[in-house]
Amino acid sequence: MKKRSRFAEVYITLVLLLMYLPIIVVIVYSFNDTKMFHWAGFTLDWYSKLLNNMSIRTAFLNSLQLAALSSLSAAVLGTLGAVGLTGRYFKARGILENVSLIPIMIPEIILGMAYLAFFSFLRLPFGMLTMLLAHTTFCIPYIYINVKARLTDLDPSIAEAARDLGAGYVRVFFDITLPLIFPSILSGTLLAFAMSMDDVVISFFTTGAQTSTLPLQVYSMLKMGVTPEINALCTVMLGAVFFIVAIARLVRARKKTRPLL
Amino acid sequence: MEKTILSIRNISKIFGQTQALCDISIDVSKGEFLTLLGPSGCGKTTLLRIIAGLETPDEGSIFLDGKDVTGWEPNKRNVNTVFQSYALFPHMNVFQNIAYGLKLKKVPKLQIEKRVEEMLALVQLPGYGQRMPSQLSGGQRQRIAIARAIINDPEVLLLDEPLGALDLQLRRQMQTELKRLQKHLGITFIYITHDQEEALNMSDRIGIMNEGKLIQLGTPDEIYEHPQTRFAAQFIGQTNIFDAVVTGQEEDGRLVLSFAGGIIKAQGSGQTGEKVTLSVRTERIRFGEENKYGFTLSGRVKSHSYTGGLLRTILLLSDGQELTVTGMGGGYSRAPIGTQVQIHWNPGCAVIVERGGAG
Repeated sequence: MKKRSRFAEVYITLVLLLMYLPIIVVIVYSFNDTKMFHWAGFTLDWYSKLLNNMSIRTAFLNSLQLAALSSLSAAVLGTLGAVGLTGRYFKARGILENVSLIPIMIPEIILGMAYLAFFSFLRLPFGMLTMLLAHTTFCIPYIYINVKARLTDLDPSIAEAARDLGAGYVRVFFDITLPLIFPSILSGTLLAFAMSMDDVVISFFTTGAQTSTLPLQVYSMLKMGVTPEINALCTVMLGAVFFIVAIARLVRARKKTRPLL
Repeated sequence: MEKTILSIRNISKIFGQTQALCDISIDVSKGEFLTLLGPSGCGKTTLLRIIAGLETPDEGSIFLDGKDVTGWEPNKRNVNTVFQSYALFPHMNVFQNIAYGLKLKKVPKLQIEKRVEEMLALVQLPGYGQRMPSQLSGGQRQRIAIARAIINDPEVLLLDEPLGALDLQLRRQMQTELKRLQKHLGITFIYITHDQEEALNMSDRIGIMNEGKLIQLGTPDEIYEHPQTRFAAQFIGQTNIFDAVVTGQEEDGRLVLSFAGGIIKAQGSGQTGEKVTLSVRTERIRFGEENKYGFTLSGRVKSHSYTGGLLRTILLLSDGQELTVTGMGGGYSRAPIGTQVQIHWNPGCAVIVERGGAG
């Protein structure tokens, strides 16, 4: 085996440090027994304060509810879209496919403003409902892309074989297509869940005065300065996000090692 | 003649700019083994998909057992397909795969179990019910795909290059097995292949296709011995194709022609002075010291190539054209290279594949 060069080792260490050092600092300070920047001993005080902070608890529950509902609605819509657009050819298909992926590429701030303007135009009361609509919209592409990729990989003659053996379109979907794309739906949904969970910008534009989400709460608390309580909150959220991403990865890895599900 | 089970009438299909199928008509009898043979892209798979209902023709109709099924969905037709990629359901085990068709027909569970066991025995994989398709070899998947199709008692079984992915030895074995199954079950097979040996070996009739057209339809003997076109002659077997000019006709109907400075004979009809294209199979040509059948064609031995069972000899004619001859290999003596030889064949073995123009 070729010996790796010194330079490559130093380089990769630097990159990893740059990426993860700030996060490590946040985690370390969440256990620091002072509000100052020197180390004053280990404590779990900030975590207990966090647990007793009612507004954070409500915001957390809001976030959870929002992420769950929007990723699930997006799962249904994204899957239907991918299934509908694969294997069928019509003139508008290319346009439709690109349009449905745009939300990933448009800067969030513009999306947020667009939602704000649109919902005001419709005179919708700003709050959970408007956030749910906005989050569902930007979650759809994550599921769509995942499911689409899987569908493109599938041998079209599998569905044809089912039709040949006597299944109508609906039976083919539930007996064949759905079980085969389910891992992709799941991993896409988990990704969308994580995206919704940590969204600030779009939530900021589409929420009302009464409803807050966890990221919004962090943002407003930051205006008072960085407290170890926020560090603790960030650590909890990081943990949650890592957990979800890990599950999504696992689902995908399982799909890969056993390509036939 | 058994009654016609499937009738393909004037089927045409166009994909964009390409004419995939052009006015194809075939009648298939009950219990027949019909092979559609042709190079890839000749339209044979499209024709199969139209029979299955996976594709709709632009023109023409399909009659199954006397009923016009042209517009019917595939799930309404009593026709089943064995796909080239097998298309087993990867998330179902072998039992569930084979049982799928009967499950859709709401056959009672006990009966399904019995039938699946029978099918597994029939394809010589008893006890494989609980395996997943990913745990099977290519040949085993192939058998499961066949079992999954024939459990439904189709009136016609369509097979799309079912042996294409298997190695040569396994392919030979599966050919015999498929033929046995077909005789045993009495199901009509429509079989697609681009392998001429497979087609000759298995079929009752062969339909040769090229560029969306049915070139010739006949028994393996007819197709091999009496190809009607240059394409049919070249696609099956090894042959020599050359132009000759008709110089007369004998009382028994044989044509006398001039070719490469000599006289040769062939079967068929033609006007004196007409230029025709002949096909003579490589193994029908003889050469030696004597003339036969009134031939005066001569040439020189240019080269030999030894391929085990067969010896292939190239003969160089006086006008520079070459003829390929195959004979027994092994211990037979070979004419030394450069030897002058007389060439002849049984006139019945030279077939006119193209007529046209005054020479």
